[in-house]
Amino acid sequence: MGENGALVHARDLVKQFGDFAAVRGIDVEVRRGEAFGFLGPNGAGKSSTMRMVACVSPRTGGDLRVLGMDPERDGPRIRARLGVVPQQDNLDSELTVRQNLHVYGRFFGLSKAHVRAKATELLDFAQLTDRAEDEVEPLSGGMKRRLTIARSLINDPELLLLDEPTTGLDPQARHLLWDRLFRLKQNGVTLIITTHYMDEAEQLCDRLVVMDGGRIVAEGSPSELIGRYSTREVLELRFPPGEPAPEADLDGLCDRLEVLPDRLLLYTADGEAVLAAAHARGVRPVSSLVRRSTLEDVFLHLTGRTLVD
Amino acid sequence: MTTDVTTPASTGRVLGPVRASLIFVEALWTWYRRNWRATVVSSVVQPVLFLLALGFGLGSQVRPTEATGGLEYVVYLAPALLVATAAQIGAFESTYPVLSSFKWQQTYLAIAATPVSPGQILAGHLTWIGVRLGGSGAVYLLVAAVLGVLTGPGVLVTLLVAVLTGLAVAAPITAYAATIESEGQQFNAIFRFVVMPMTLFAGAFFPIEQLPAWIRPVAWITPVWHGTELGRGVVFGGLEWLPALGHLAFLLALFAAGAALATRNYRRRLSA
Repeated sequence: MGENGALVHARDLVKQFGDFAAVRGIDVEVRRGEAFGFLGPNGAGKSSTMRMVACVSPRTGGDLRVLGMDPERDGPRIRARLGVVPQQDNLDSELTVRQNLHVYGRFFGLSKAHVRAKATELLDFAQLTDRAEDEVEPLSGGMKRRLTIARSLINDPELLLLDEPTTGLDPQARHLLWDRLFRLKQNGVTLIITTHYMDEAEQLCDRLVVMDGGRIVAEGSPSELIGRYSTREVLELRFPPGEPAPEADLDGLCDRLEVLPDRLLLYTADGEAVLAAAHARGVRPVSSLVRRSTLEDVFLHLTGRTLVD
Repeated sequence: MTTDVTTPASTGRVLGPVRASLIFVEALWTWYRRNWRATVVSSVVQPVLFLLALGFGLGSQVRPTEATGGLEYVVYLAPALLVATAAQIGAFESTYPVLSSFKWQQTYLAIAATPVSPGQILAGHLTWIGVRLGGSGAVYLLVAAVLGVLTGPGVLVTLLVAVLTGLAVAAPITAYAATIESEGQQFNAIFRFVVMPMTLFAGAFFPIEQLPAWIRPVAWITPVWHGTELGRGVVFGGLEWLPALGHLAFLLALFAAGAALATRNYRRRLSA
């Protein structure tokens, strides 16, 4: 492998489209067997980074090694060992579910017999066996997504790249997908996931980087990041629309205060205590909520913006 | 964190360029086996209808003259229809199917993530069109043979000429289609202002000597004219070596230029 066994090794990686710098010099190291996340809002440079790692987009600058090889020179050899789940499903909707797997596997130089056996195994994994002979077009979004993931596994990839794997899916479909991705991880597949959902990053990633404006603004495990950039608990206070939030009355009650359009976020070790203290000062919110800090709070702290708006 | 997990090696490997293109053709064949019915009308039924209506119908009113090489009109028309239809199929297969593969279904993007390269995808696409042209042309010839309008086995060489003509049309249109980001309204202009006039006026239905002298040079730069001249020449004779080589060279050059441009555009779009 590359430097100290990393599957992906990037130093000062840059991607430029004309005048626009999508990725502005990032350092990334993905180790074998881990689930690594790129968390950030739309336009942060996550997908551009993924496309460079997937060897379908040449880097503009910096150094990049994937599976110990240089994408510029060994693109096809690297791609042979990768699995890619793109942001937008690109299945052949006029073929059957099974045919999509057969056809795709052949591009990896796999024999027909091998592809047939593997497809049956993957259909089972993706819980699509009873839809195997159906055309793809009428399948639900969640089923298409599972088929795309199954297809990405046809060559037993050592590294699986998932770009926004659950965007646009309903909660049930998301949980089913997460469960499948967990299993892959347990089987030793290294995962790289981009997402703008903090719950997804917390669920799936051992380690992640927070990206904003083409740069990495923080790096660590979800709990490390929360410990470093946020407090244990968050108190959310909502006030009637149109009424100015009483920020001044809350002075000194919490470690940090964030003002969002529809609510105030009070960062503190003990949410209930702060709520009681606010009450004592005569603050009367419409509703209040004490919750644990999430990566959303980390992101808000680092960039001053929310992830999903 | 798990650093000492052993991942089994991937089973994927890199295909040679020829093999990669053939696997692409195999994939389209899988699609075609399910969807061939939709293509029969434009590929086979339409030229046969033209042969019946214009060849037999209108042709019954046309006296064999020097312009038709002294042949019955339907006999004169049969090989040219093969070539003109190939041009139409070549054009169609290079428009919406290409745009869809880049933009709507994005199947090209899926394949670009495999070891197969953009150039190999293009080679597969053009090979597939060649296979399609050969297949539907052969079916058309069978029907024409049953109708008794073929003069001999020389028409098999015309089939090769038709395939080349179709590819000479397909390659540059593919290059153009690979650059389109919109919904493909531009294709209608290609069909209306290039493909249709070329089919009607570039020597397939009547010799271009019947056109006003000033417009003949326009016919000379159409692949259909070169294709029909060559395609008729090889069955009916009367074509000198030098003009024959000229026609062949024109078609090959158009194909080569289109393919080179398309290779560049496929690379740009799939590896940006």
